[in-house]
Amino acid sequence: MDLTKRTIASLRDGIKSLQFSALEVCAEALRIAGAENPKTNAYLRLCPERALEAARRVDATLAAGLDPGPLAGVPVAIKDVIVTRGVTTTCGSRMLEHWTPPYDATAVERVEAAGGVVIGKTNCDEFAMGSSNENSAFGPVRNPVALDRVPGGSSGGSAAVVAQGTATVSLGSDTGGSIRQPASFCGVVGVTPTYGRVSRYGLVAFASSLDHIGPFGRTVSDAAALLQTIAGRDPRDATSAFAPVPDYAEAMQQDVRGMRIGLPAEYFKELNSETGDRIMKGVETLKSQGCEVVDVAMPHTEYAIAAYYIICTAEASANLARYDGVRYTMRSKRTETLAEMYQFTRGEGFGAEVKRRIMLGTYVLSSGYYDAYYLKAQKVRALIASDFARAFEKVDALVTPVSPFPAFKLGEKIDDPLAMYLSDIYTITGSLAGVPCMSVPCGKTPDGLPVGMQILARHFDEPGMFRLAAAFEQAGGFAG
Amino acid sequence: MKITEQEVKNVAALANLDLGAEEIHRMAHDLDEILTHIDKLNELDTSTVEPMAQVLYQAGETATLREDEPRPGFDNQTALANAPLAGAGQFKVPKIIER
Repeated sequence: MDLTKRTIASLRDGIKSLQFSALEVCAEALRIAGAENPKTNAYLRLCPERALEAARRVDATLAAGLDPGPLAGVPVAIKDVIVTRGVTTTCGSRMLEHWTPPYDATAVERVEAAGGVVIGKTNCDEFAMGSSNENSAFGPVRNPVALDRVPGGSSGGSAAVVAQGTATVSLGSDTGGSIRQPASFCGVVGVTPTYGRVSRYGLVAFASSLDHIGPFGRTVSDAAALLQTIAGRDPRDATSAFAPVPDYAEAMQQDVRGMRIGLPAEYFKELNSETGDRIMKGVETLKSQGCEVVDVAMPHTEYAIAAYYIICTAEASANLARYDGVRYTMRSKRTETLAEMYQFTRGEGFGAEVKRRIMLGTYVLSSGYYDAYYLKAQKVRALIASDFARAFEKVDALVTPVSPFPAFKLGEKIDDPLAMYLSDIYTITGSLAGVPCMSVPCGKTPDGLPVGMQILARHFDEPGMFRLAAAFEQAGGFAG
Repeated sequence: MKITEQEVKNVAALANLDLGAEEIHRMAHDLDEILTHIDKLNELDTSTVEPMAQVLYQAGETATLREDEPRPGFDNQTALANAPLAGAGQFKVPKIIER
């Protein structure tokens, strides 16, 4: 049983037909995850007790003649910003190094209810803030495809474990590209669903109007199956959508002839030429499947980064105010007064990037600056959303690069925060508009580094997005 | 200069964030660069644009309201399990009233 290449369907079928047990799959997943982890540092922690118990439950359900669920026995890794009852959840931060949540996120509950086996928590940029995974307080993750390079961020660990094959699928979170960019750097599928499609209950809040939970997989159908499991209204998240969840597997069986694909010129300007070549080849593949390709204009794209870094830091400065030394395990030992407790705990507990964002967010919300920054950014966000609305009057989906360049070397950009922010240009627009978007592998550069192609669709049109992605995969597009 | 080291100190106080001298120096430089980039937004006339605070909200106004029924919460011990300092069933913080 080579677990590293198995799909959800092959594991589930193998377990249901008693070729192997869920317990055997789980033990093997834990073994290879433990053995491989020193290379990449992608897992912060494995949770063998919880995993083995879940696997035994699947085997027992099956032995009782009942259906163990669509994810039966599938090893799933969870980004460490998503809470797990009784399993330390650090958010990649010293602040939460010893924090053990008393409850499970809805997405985690749904994964386990579907027979999924949570095997461990994955490394990430601190509080999901970063594009390289170098902002983790517990050391960077190395890209399994090229160990001297970053896996992308902030969900770098969740992308790396799926690329490595130590988990079949994983959950990440995306605020401005934190699923799609690492998926592209590691050569796997990563999906940011429509805002509100998946409950955020139990996702540690970074920027609430932008935060999403979404899946990683090695195939489109694996990522879609995991989304199918976690999507849908949750009374515990008032922003979760009421819209019914369509059958994604069924949508993927339809062909894409006649689908209209838009190429926004604004996304092909500042592109590394190797990346551009791969994406254009991907577009040719879609054409050969019968898609019609048209040019569209997204004139406000160049303002997205500025608007995003106002909105996300403003929201973060409020969300992270809760780490005050009272409730979340850490309190500075230098504390004598109440004010010192707040200031020293936060000064010692947060890393450089988190401090930078709290400072920027506090600044843009501070008295007298609200109109010039936060309100202005919300208006520009509306303009960016209207770019999408207009484009989707003409086309069914947009195809763009995910990142201007492939995975860069560890340390290469860490000293230049603005350059790091600017690298998010192609993913941030979709986040601001709240549309579903995903990264699919689209060949490799001559150096062997994966390139990701982004597909964006209308609100709640995950079926159309998956249909296009599956057709691209079946036409050999992943290999380029 | 968009922001001075003194302003950085003021904002850090608002954010309850203790920053060292080196951090303040670096922060002023980084924020200056980012705020300069953010100035780009002033190229756009947004006088007639409605601000967008939420992505989408097609549900009716009361759709997200549930019945107000009592449900069990965490017990005291569970709620305090992650407290840096607890006692007598409470979170403990430094004294703020001098006698």
